[in-house]
Amino acid sequence: MTERLVVSPSPHWKTDKTVPALMLDVVIALMPAVIASIVFFGWKALAIILTSVSSAVISEAIYEKAVKRDITIKDYSAVITGILLAMNMPPGVPLWMPAIGSAFAIVIAKQLFGGLGCNFVNPALAGRAFLMAAWPLHMTRDWLAPGFFGGVDAGASPTPLAVLKGESSGVLPGLWDMLLGNRAGCLGETSIIAILIGGIYLIWKEVIDPRIPLGFIGTVFVLTWVFGKPGAFFQGNAVYHVLSGGLFLGAFFMATDYVTSPVTARGRLLMGIGCGAITVLIRLWGGYPEGVSYSILLMNLVTPLIDRVVVPRYYGWKHEARKEKAL
Amino acid sequence: MKRSVFYDFTKGFIEENPTFRLVIGMCPTLAVTTSVVNGFWMGLSVIFVLVFANVFVSLLRKVTPDEIRLPVFVILIATPVVIVELVMKAYLPAMYEILGIFVPLIVVNCIIIARAEAFAFKQPVLNSLADGLGIGAGYTLNLILISGIREFLGTGQITIGSFRFPATPFFEPAAVMLTPPGGFICLGLLMAILNVLLARRERKTKAQAV
Repeated sequence: MTERLVVSPSPHWKTDKTVPALMLDVVIALMPAVIASIVFFGWKALAIILTSVSSAVISEAIYEKAVKRDITIKDYSAVITGILLAMNMPPGVPLWMPAIGSAFAIVIAKQLFGGLGCNFVNPALAGRAFLMAAWPLHMTRDWLAPGFFGGVDAGASPTPLAVLKGESSGVLPGLWDMLLGNRAGCLGETSIIAILIGGIYLIWKEVIDPRIPLGFIGTVFVLTWVFGKPGAFFQGNAVYHVLSGGLFLGAFFMATDYVTSPVTARGRLLMGIGCGAITVLIRLWGGYPEGVSYSILLMNLVTPLIDRVVVPRYYGWKHEARKEKAL
Repeated sequence: MKRSVFYDFTKGFIEENPTFRLVIGMCPTLAVTTSVVNGFWMGLSVIFVLVFANVFVSLLRKVTPDEIRLPVFVILIATPVVIVELVMKAYLPAMYEILGIFVPLIVVNCIIIARAEAFAFKQPVLNSLADGLGIGAGYTLNLILISGIREFLGTGQITIGSFRFPATPFFEPAAVMLTPPGGFICLGLLMAILNVLLARRERKTKAQAV
């Protein structure tokens, strides 16, 4: 009889949310963006995604086999890292780059720090930052003009952000093209509609907290509207800034990573606002045209600090810090 | 128990490897290891300074008052550093240009002050000489290893004078390896590998003892 009595600490809440189920939801949510990237950039996009995913899964399996840990490739987390890294690559890169980037993301940024749940930065973004530092020319020049189903090879084509910053000359695509994804850019960042479909699915399934993406995008909107035009306030092209670059992809799929974002509601809002502020700082005054990935990486690093600041108050208790002050 | 001179020499390679086990002298380890030639000359300079300082600290250990031992160490270390600096300036001006500030900074390299304080000040001359040679040689090997990996991955080939291997890089070099992040990544991975190997050896000897 006693064996049937399960003793465990609270909360006694049964949930059917498991790690693989949550991760599978993210994979499903990424599908519209994956399909959009294949539509606009053709077989090259498909090849990059497949290379990146298989490299992520294989390196996870090899590493875990080598250090005799449980093999966790079935929880889809490596698949997500692979897809997200591919989504962050320019469509013209040689295929060995996603392979190396995924292996770096999984082995160095994730597994060496203890595997899923222990990485201090988003692995896919760490992989991207590594590729950016290692082969900057490929990561900033291998853009392709979009075309339906592989009619892609129009040569290098500048991204809207580079044009906006005055680094390249070119015609800015119209707003409708920006929404649909018919513009130069990284594989998965171009189609705002596809990302929104996935993002809304994730919010509906309660996989992600809308505070991070809304705080992120809202901050970018306000700040680019206020400061976007040099020499004048409140005249920036905020709508265009919000739609270009990797903002939507980063806000919905990368800043919301459980492991590297704060756990409280206020903390998540702070995370979103911080990401947005750093992004605008880099876009308007920094050395790169785009700052989404670095802003998320930087906010990943301060996530433990945010969590410390926004500890919720227990009923009947005073904040530790305030108590000390009172003494 | 009298320490074995031979042990004091060999411990610098693995057990008390300055970079990977004692984790001291990291500043030049990260800064100059962008090419094998730099690493080699930096290592050689450190060996010379370390042996010189160790031997003289050990010789003078009985007459050095405890209270002023650090100033004495600094003088004993600064002397060979100036010798190295002037010799390098005279005979290897190109190398001196590259290593630049890191040659005079050997004065404050913690490997040397650590060995003086922790070892030479308490040990006989012969042991101190062996210790200086061993730790210095271990350090030089580390520098050559790290700089070899970084130069190979970062430029695609290893250049020593007019000798290049391989003659043309067979892959696209990753510029990141020549930058500080690349240095940290390389150092961290090597340290991890050495720790894993040593932990494995320790487990084996323990299992045999039981």
